[in-house]
Amino acid sequence: MRSATELIPRLFRTEYSKIVAVLCAHFGIDHIETAEDIASDTFLTATELWGLKGVPENPAAWLYTVAKNKTKNHLKRNTLFAEKIAPEIKQTAPLNAEIDLSETGIADSVLAMIFTICDPVIATEAQIALALNLLCGFGVQEIATAFLTGKDTIYKRIQRAKEKLREAKIDIAIPGADILPRRMESVLITLYLLFNEGYYSVSGEHPLKKECCSEAMRLTLLLLENERTNLPAANALMALMCFHASRFEARTNQTEDLVLYNDQDVSLWDQALIEKGCFYLNQAAQGPLLTKYHLEAGIAYWHTHPGDSREKWEAILQLYNQLLILEYSPVAALNRTFALAKANGVEAAIVEAEKLQLLNNHFYFVLLGTLYSGKDDKKALTAFEQAYTLAQSAADKQLIQKKIDQLAAQN
Amino acid sequence: MKDFLFLYRADYSAYAKRSPEELQSITKKWMDWIGSIAAQNKLADPGNRLENGGRVVKPNNVVTDGPYCEIKESLGGYSLVRVDTIEEAVALAKGCPVYTIGGSVEVREISKM
Repeated sequence: MRSATELIPRLFRTEYSKIVAVLCAHFGIDHIETAEDIASDTFLTATELWGLKGVPENPAAWLYTVAKNKTKNHLKRNTLFAEKIAPEIKQTAPLNAEIDLSETGIADSVLAMIFTICDPVIATEAQIALALNLLCGFGVQEIATAFLTGKDTIYKRIQRAKEKLREAKIDIAIPGADILPRRMESVLITLYLLFNEGYYSVSGEHPLKKECCSEAMRLTLLLLENERTNLPAANALMALMCFHASRFEARTNQTEDLVLYNDQDVSLWDQALIEKGCFYLNQAAQGPLLTKYHLEAGIAYWHTHPGDSREKWEAILQLYNQLLILEYSPVAALNRTFALAKANGVEAAIVEAEKLQLLNNHFYFVLLGTLYSGKDDKKALTAFEQAYTLAQSAADKQLIQKKIDQLAAQN
Repeated sequence: MKDFLFLYRADYSAYAKRSPEELQSITKKWMDWIGSIAAQNKLADPGNRLENGGRVVKPNNVVTDGPYCEIKESLGGYSLVRVDTIEEAVALAKGCPVYTIGGSVEVREISKM
């Protein structure tokens, strides 16, 4: 059996957020802190007792029972509760209502919390911080370290977000059928950004980065497990995440440097995840709605095919065309132009690249440099140097410097 | 920024005579061209294609088949672009694949009134 010191951090990650979600759903949005206090207190008790008496047979169930008892005690002794809160929450949750820590009870509560946290009244960066804190059980310090910000900044961000939820009196519930599609949109965006935060951010390697991705996948899976939220767009998002995550092992080397797509060891791509992605992509192919998740999942699908084939890049180019028609973004514009070079030839791509004029974007100059390399090395070098000046992170500068050195060596 | 309407005119009946491969290659050219405008963040609305044929309703409940029976160039679709000047809009329109089938693009500024 695992020791308490080994087990508790792991359980904290998986169970803390569940307990918080269930208690929040029970108490209502006004009392998030009460829910958090009880959940933290439960783990404190576990730390004290398990060290002395050993780990109980079913640790998760033990935690739920203790959390339940602590909640009951809290309700009993808290006079504030009796006088002020009880009349308020009586309408939504009768006092004698049993706190539902069954499997479906937990799943429903966590799902309800996802919708609450992804409510558009909160800014996206606050949504991500709050999601990591309340849904994924990460501490403020961990979040701050991972995002290279101060603990105070994250703490304030989370507090403000909670405040806003309270002010707006957001219900902790899965929205009704009439507003569900619209609310799903903001949920999917937050989960998408949570995943991207882990996947694309180059601001230092931190274990939490990878966990951002797995947590985003876990929460998306939760949406798929409920028939009301198992919608094509959510399946498409899941497919997208699976395809990207299949390259996790291949995208960093032993020294934790980023390995670019073309240089990756294909044998490290996770075939099981690719198959899962295909499954969800098929699930997503229902109904008339074509979302950006469908298109991005399609692009990610083609990237799971190694090598360069005409068919692959033509398909990717057309998906980027559709994506840009649906919603412009500089990243999509740059990637589209790269796909154009592969599908229609470098000359055509250079003409298109010059039109983009994303003059503050270092990736723009990386693209120009890449396209001009071998065609006009002088222009390529100028572009890479421009990119180096604009790049912010050390990792980006390092990658660009490599390109400059390669060019210099050839000329 | 101003919105400009692109009206695509061509002899669309000629399309019917083309092989599936030719049609596919024309579709790709259209997608690449619209994609290029979108990549420059200048596409306000991809618009729509129009089906062949139609009706024109005139005063006194007179209904006729489209006005284009006698005209070789029928309206086949439209898009909206967002740029500063009509010169820029015209520059975008110059890449349109409609010319490969002998068609034209009419560029019109949308009146904000």
